[in-house]
Amino acid sequence: MSNDSTAKTLTVAAFLCVACSVLVSTAAVKLKPTQVKNKRLDVKKNLLLAAGLLESPKATESEIKEAYSKVEAKLIDLSTGEEITDMDPATFDLEKADKDPKMAISIEAENDIARIKTRSKIRPVYLIKEGRRVSQIILPFHGKGLWSTMYGFLSLAPDTQTVKGIGFYQHGETPGLGGEIDNKKWQASWEGKKVLSSDYKPTIDVIKGSVDPNMEGAVSKIDGLSGATLTSNGVEASVNYWVSNNGYGKFLAKFRAGGV
Amino acid sequence: MSVKKTLFDPLFNNNPIALQILGICSALAVTTKLETAFVMSIAVILVTGFSSFFVSIIRNQIPSSIRIIAQMTIIASMVILTDQVLKAFVYDVSKSMSVYVGLIITNCIVMGRAEGYAMKNGPLMSFLDGIGNGLGYSFILIVVAFFRELFGSGKLMGMTIFKTIGEGGWYQPNGMALLSPSAFFIIGFIIWAIRTFKTEQIEMEN
Repeated sequence: MSNDSTAKTLTVAAFLCVACSVLVSTAAVKLKPTQVKNKRLDVKKNLLLAAGLLESPKATESEIKEAYSKVEAKLIDLSTGEEITDMDPATFDLEKADKDPKMAISIEAENDIARIKTRSKIRPVYLIKEGRRVSQIILPFHGKGLWSTMYGFLSLAPDTQTVKGIGFYQHGETPGLGGEIDNKKWQASWEGKKVLSSDYKPTIDVIKGSVDPNMEGAVSKIDGLSGATLTSNGVEASVNYWVSNNGYGKFLAKFRAGGV
Repeated sequence: MSVKKTLFDPLFNNNPIALQILGICSALAVTTKLETAFVMSIAVILVTGFSSFFVSIIRNQIPSSIRIIAQMTIIASMVILTDQVLKAFVYDVSKSMSVYVGLIITNCIVMGRAEGYAMKNGPLMSFLDGIGNGLGYSFILIVVAFFRELFGSGKLMGMTIFKTIGEGGWYQPNGMALLSPSAFFIIGFIIWAIRTFKTEQIEMEN
């Protein structure tokens, strides 16, 4: 049979497709559990890094697990701020829920400052306790930067106004410019800043250049990242969206009233 | 051709980027950090090696009318395999590589070697040719990444070499080095350097 006959062409094509698809699907199925585990661990690690419970990003699995035992996850209905108890936070898939038409609501354009279009009605929060008192409230948040959606954690003090830490676990901003949102020094500059004003309105302002401690409202101003104005604006809008009443605002109000 | 020549010719004498001018696109994208350049290099070496190997094994069976798509199928499978392995075992690195591992499929070097060499030569030599061309690509990638990371962020492999002003040091990072055009400059300098020593690579003037 000549190589160029129709029968031969079809045979070779069919054989090649089957062989390659078996190879690819075997690898995908076999490696899936390890990949899922890695991803979960990575999210936990970044949560702990944002909370300052973990020092080095190179922490081992057991260190992460140990530190994570201080974290208590809760699912919150954002429209009321009430806790949802009939779902398990450990199996809740936030990324999926944000896109799932049954779980998510679409955000009206004028409120969508973080440019994310839809968000899940139910979202997790993470509380860190020291003894019986909550010492940090950690909110998962996301929003559009220049190129990508940036996913991160914002850690707040029990007054719900003061930042204790911030960190990002997934983004695709330009390395060295927008990618500097991963810069530890820049993240540290968030500590002690106020995300909510005295009447609990979002106030964060990422400015161009550096913040002069004497300038008006310096307590809620953050140094912009040089060469990354659009990424900086994206971070500002994301944080402001998620601490507002469209985001976690109602939950934070409930928390202040002692309802959690 | 001897084994040694097949394996090492693509490093300087017949470098895929510097002489064949293939694979420039990914050479711009993954060279802002040395670490990602290393992982990308290993991934490309393995993909070119094994896809040339498998293409060569079935080269006498492939009907010429579907040979390109047959090569693509093999290359794509190899790339997906590599991507899955990276995600499972070096998650942090695969995160920083994002889409670029998948884009090895479109890297002209892999396709070029499969069509240009593996279709006419035996599996072992094709494998070595693939590895060699992967090495040639890696050589350029690592040199470019070395300069871009050093001048762009004052670091090498994430370790601080020049302390930047942002971190309280003296070095003003060159933002240009982090943007794609800088890779063109560096690749240009490398081509200049190679052609200074290997004058036979200089094209005749028309």
